[in-house]
Amino acid sequence: MQSSRLWTDSFIDFLVDRDQERCIQCQVCVNQCPYGANIYRAAADIVDSRHENCTGCRRCEAMCPTDCITVRRYPGQFREHGNWTERQVKNLYKQARTGGVLLSSTGAEVDLPIYFDRIVLDACQVTNPPIDPLREPMELRTYIGRKPSSISLSREDGALKLATQIAPQLTCEVPVLFSAMSYGAVNYNFCESLARAAAATGTYWNTGEGGLHRKLYPWQKHTIVQVASGRFGVNKEYLDAAQAIEIKIGQGAKPGIGGHLPGEKVNEDVSETRMIPVGTDALSPAPHHDIYSIEDLRQLIFALKEATDYTKPVFVKIAAVHNSAAIASGITRAGADAIVLDGFRGGSGATPTMIRDNVGVPIELALASVDDLLRAQGIRNEVSLIAGGGIRNSADAVKAIALGADAVYIGTAAKIAVGCTVCQRCYTGKCPWGITTNDPCLSKRLSIEIGTEQLANLVEAWAHEIKEMMGLMGINAIESLRGNRERLRGVGLTDRELNILGIKHAGE
Amino acid sequence: MTARGVFAIDAAGLHYRELNRRVREAVAAGRKDVLLTGVNGQYYIGDGIRAEVNITVEGVPGNDLGAFMDGPTIVVRSNAQDNVGNTMNRGKIVVHGRAGDVLGYGMRGGKLFVKGDVGYRVGIHMKGYRDQVPVLVVGGKAGDFFGEYMAGGVLVLLGLGPDDGRPPVGDYLGTGMHGGVMYIRGSVDPTVFGKEVGVVEITPADSQFLHECVREFCAEFSIDPGEVLTREFIKIVPVSLRPYGNLYAY
Repeated sequence: MQSSRLWTDSFIDFLVDRDQERCIQCQVCVNQCPYGANIYRAAADIVDSRHENCTGCRRCEAMCPTDCITVRRYPGQFREHGNWTERQVKNLYKQARTGGVLLSSTGAEVDLPIYFDRIVLDACQVTNPPIDPLREPMELRTYIGRKPSSISLSREDGALKLATQIAPQLTCEVPVLFSAMSYGAVNYNFCESLARAAAATGTYWNTGEGGLHRKLYPWQKHTIVQVASGRFGVNKEYLDAAQAIEIKIGQGAKPGIGGHLPGEKVNEDVSETRMIPVGTDALSPAPHHDIYSIEDLRQLIFALKEATDYTKPVFVKIAAVHNSAAIASGITRAGADAIVLDGFRGGSGATPTMIRDNVGVPIELALASVDDLLRAQGIRNEVSLIAGGGIRNSADAVKAIALGADAVYIGTAAKIAVGCTVCQRCYTGKCPWGITTNDPCLSKRLSIEIGTEQLANLVEAWAHEIKEMMGLMGINAIESLRGNRERLRGVGLTDRELNILGIKHAGE
Repeated sequence: MTARGVFAIDAAGLHYRELNRRVREAVAAGRKDVLLTGVNGQYYIGDGIRAEVNITVEGVPGNDLGAFMDGPTIVVRSNAQDNVGNTMNRGKIVVHGRAGDVLGYGMRGGKLFVKGDVGYRVGIHMKGYRDQVPVLVVGGKAGDFFGEYMAGGVLVLLGLGPDDGRPPVGDYLGTGMHGGVMYIRGSVDPTVFGKEVGVVEITPADSQFLHECVREFCAEFSIDPGEVLTREFIKIVPVSLRPYGNLYAY
């Protein structure tokens, strides 16, 4: 139920400040803003602001040829209150107005500790030498997949040969992969940029549950496909195209709830890729209705392996929750080749705000506990571990690997690399940067060529930094960093936190 | 191998992995008729096969029969278990007995005919796309959550069999349904309906479809279609293609 304008609507978020002396009435800002925050008043021949429509994306600011726009926080303030913050108050106004579930995009933004920022890395001094990655070989290549507990060798014509049959592996030249973002939630140009960048840097992109667009098949050697409860776009061809298949059980931004691509976003092209009619809601139910146990999960894992003749690894993606460690053990025993653990801060195109900000476990804690349990049970080698959910930079990636991950997934970081300003309105489908929109005019704003270059640059920059950090620790192969928590120290953490993370306090 | 070009595989004592490897091998070799004897619960028969081939199953196949299948015709001479036709794309599966839970999950095309009763969550999230219209016909009765989240395709429930006092279908019929159509022979207690579905009039086009569909079904199992068609059908469709369109505060 929507009322007409209420006085609570007056408390807006942003001001689109315009220096009228510099403004030349070119109306670029009017055309660039999909939310209608800039308008042209023909009678007065001026461009004016509709501050209440501004989402703070800063597109107009970036595009203004005379630099006359500054997007600022609205200066009007509520009286401060520790409990009833502006955000809480405005959310209540919004719900009182609409009766709807609050929606957000991107990952959780609540004030809980970011453990990565409370962990520092060790470095070599005097008694053990660091390695200079510019002069010495450094190994970042990572194989994702099930490793044997032992290997046997045979001798053929004098040469040693591996007699053990190794399970299928995904070869990543950099332990950083692009995480699942579905076509429909993000647009084609972004998908192709991811695919090209993955191919250029020797890593992988993930289709999410939106199917694989026909035009993206050329990059299949760098593609991971997802099978989720809605089974959108899943057929034999799709499974065959992939290098790995990811069963999506959960997502860090919204553990325990399903996906929902609104009908407005299901245009002709999205419809074809998802193989559903135009304009229908694409509902991905919260549970897979055929999975109620680890045994049922095993059934789907092997249904996919049988369908692809055991030629590719099958991942299982779960949100980090309280009993992730036990679930991860079950997933390993169910035959998965990799577990994807998506933490509390994991991103999303559209998630109910309450769920985004209140459900799940920070990736650092979940990762450490999963790695611990798998090691304690002697099955860590049987599965690879990919951590995602709020990985912001290469140091986060290094710390995640030292906490026990084989590789990391990045989603939001990849979007930011192509120009996202984290305005958190992906769910409107009007992304001003042309990333999370299917509007053809808006989508054109994202150039595939430039997007590819920016994403490839990001991966390469991180690869360099990861090598630098490994080098200063005296490590020349990423394998020696994995689960190497001795090289981590906590700062300002409680004994219990240190205990769960499996690290010592700095100074120890 | 027997005469008439039928390639027989004795499944007795074989692990599913070996059995299915042999089936795939036979299909790759161009076999058009494959007979599996002594099947006893092996999973994934026909899984992911993309070819025109007839596979006849003697014995009870295990779960996920015909999963991700794209083209084959599978005939099961006895009962089948759970997850038959999981995410099936094309082809036909005919089960001469009963079948279990979660049949035709996410099925996008082809036909699945079960002569007898079926379990829970049948036809969940079936979808249709352009010329692909999956058809799932149940000869007997069905459990709860029939057609849940259904997004496309056709579900037909005939409710044949002895009058044992059980209703033809369980609770939560079509919960979350937002596409496709269901036809149920006879009457259904309206209290079992999910809140997203409603009953609409049968049109001449519906009647024609049902006649053809029932005839094809009955021909598989040597049932007299005239008798089946003596009772009226009700037609159930979603009341909205966007059941959750107004849930959010934008």
